[in-house]
Order: sequence, then C-alpha cells, then structure tokens
Amino acid sequence: MKVLGISGSLRRESHNTALLRAAAELLPGGADLEIWGGLRGVPPYDEDDDAEQAPAAVASLRDAIAGADAILFASPEYNHSVPGQLKNALDWASRPLATSPLRNKPVAVVGASRGAFGAVWAQAELRKVLAATGARVVDGEVAVGHAHERFGPEGRLEDEPLRRQLGEVVEALVAVTRARELIAA
Amino acid sequence: MSTLTQAHEALPTGTWVEDPVHSHVGFEVGYATGTFRGSFAPFEARLQVSEDGDAVLSGEARADGVHVLDENLNAHLLSPDFFDAERAPVLSFVSTAIRRSGSDLAVTGELTIKGVTAPVELVGTIGDPFSHLSGTERIPLRLEGTVDRRAFGIDWNMDLPSGEPVLANDVTLTAELFLVKE
Repeated sequence: MKVLGISGSLRRESHNTALLRAAAELLPGGADLEIWGGLRGVPPYDEDDDAEQAPAAVASLRDAIAGADAILFASPEYNHSVPGQLKNALDWASRPLATSPLRNKPVAVVGASRGAFGAVWAQAELRKVLAATGARVVDGEVAVGHAHERFGPEGRLEDEPLRRQLGEVVEALVAVTRARELIAA
Repeated sequence: MSTLTQAHEALPTGTWVEDPVHSHVGFEVGYATGTFRGSFAPFEARLQVSEDGDAVLSGEARADGVHVLDENLNAHLLSPDFFDAERAPVLSFVSTAIRRSGSDLAVTGELTIKGVTAPVELVGTIGDPFSHLSGTERIPLRLEGTVDRRAFGIDWNMDLPSGEPVLANDVTLTAELFLVKE
C-alpha cells in the first residue's frame, strides 16, 4: 500500500514534514509513505491554464494522487486556516470534480503549529475542503501544539501520547484503504 | 355493500413493474436559495399482489443514477459526504404494509440509503388498472414521504453567514409510477 504524504508547509525545517516522517515510522507492515515534494512548484490556479495539457507541476501532483492508495496531510495553520499554497494545489487536483483523482481517495489530516492548538482550525478546514473534493476523509486528529518543543534533534516526535494518536490515525487510514481495496476486488 | 368496500380497498392482483419512460422517482430538499430537486434513473419498482390480497411494493435505484442539474453538485452527491456511491451503490425500498381506501394509498416500509435502513411512511394515490394503447394493463401510483436525511448518515451541512444551516434536514421523496402488468 502506497501512502502519499503531503505537507502544507514549504519550510526546510518544517514541523509538519517532520510529522509526516514520524507517521511513516508508525505505518503497519506492507504500507509505505512517500512524501510529495512538489508543492512549491504548483502555479496559482487559473482556469485558462487548466487545459488538456496541465502545467507540469499539476500533472505531477495529479499523477502522485492517482498513484497513491491513500494520502496523509500534515498542515500548519495560517490565519486560522489552510495555507494558501496547499489549498491552491487541492483546487488544481480537484478539477474536474467528477473525474478528479481525489474522488473516494482515503485521506487523513494531522497538523502541527508553534502555538498551543496544533493547527486544529486549519485541520478542520482542510477536512471540509477534502470532503468537498469527494475524498473519503478518515476520522481522527493529531494536533501537535508547541511543535518546536515536540521534536528531538533528529526530528523524532518525542511526545508519547501524540505518537500514540498519530499511530491511531495512520492505522485508521490504512484500515479504510484496505476496506476500499476489498470493495474494488 | 361489503363487496363494494372490498373492491375499493383491494389492490389489483398480479405483478406490476415500472414503465421506465413515464415513471419518475425523485427528491426535494430545501436549500438556501430555494428547493433543490433531483431524480434517480434508472430505477426498478415492483408491486406484487397475490390472489389472497398480500401486497408488497419494492424498488431499487443505483446511487450513481442520481441526477441534479448541476455537474459539481452531482459529483458531490456521489461522494462520502452524501450517498457514498462507492460503498453504498444501491438505494432500496421494501414495503411492510400497504393500505388502500378508494384512491388513497398509504405505504409503510423500510428505506435503505447509504447502507442504513430506516422506516418511512409514504402516502399518495392509486388509480384503477387501465389498458394502454399497446394492449398492456397498467396502474398509476403516486407516493410521497418525508425523511430526515441524518437518519441515513447524510449529515453534511454548512452554515450561512447568518449562522443558519444551508441545507434542510427534511427531504421529501416522490415517486410517480406507471406500473405495467407482467
């Protein structure tokens, strides 16, 4: 099973990208997580450019989503909401709605922020956006508040309760994805 | 007199199935801007009435046969937020009791949407069998009922700026059936 990890943060030392790496460690056997690194290259959505030949970065995003069995998002929170670049990428990926690779795709959302709340509002908005794209949003939340204090020097998530919650979300995502494979079989 | 009463309460015996061209199954739900209407096609409907008067009305529609006049909404209706067509591809109904009084009809039954079965009450009218130009016998039947969509796990909503939810919970189901005798 291939899980695509998409971080809403572009920053080199991103806590959210670190959270995806922590999730990768917690995946059950038979499942691998690959972090998608193309977010920075996605151009602003413009319907004039959304032609048969999509911009290369968009085509790469759509291919990465289509080729994954599930997606794990980790998002920071900007002004109580989803970072613009991540929302923009989802707007590209979701169109046209009836044939988007996000349709029925099992997805889960986690998040980290330097503040106390761990991007809970951004996570809620991201779940809403993903549901609107037709994705199958898996229940479960991990809110890593004070993220700069939660990761060790090697980028390891040091907080055990949070690691446990992350493991539960990852397991739920894998379970829903396996159930979907059974429907398809 | 009793014969007349019985005739008015009895359903016409036989197996009657939908005429797909002239039948219609749909729903109506209040939305911020007015009423949203949708329909299902194709669908199957069957009324089975035995000689001793036992009657069962049943029907089935595919979730991906839902149709509304908005391409994006149509796609959203198929998603996990609404019918979840991938997991619950079929919507079905089977009656548990049918009562007729003259042209009035009341049907109770079990409706299954999104994999959840809940009771529903439908009321409407039924006509007497008539012969179609093609020589087939048919009966007209109209039914309507209201369900709370949340009973079927369809609880999507969004708040308007006023704080009111954008989508009503009560959904009116409508069926206008022309059933042909098999």
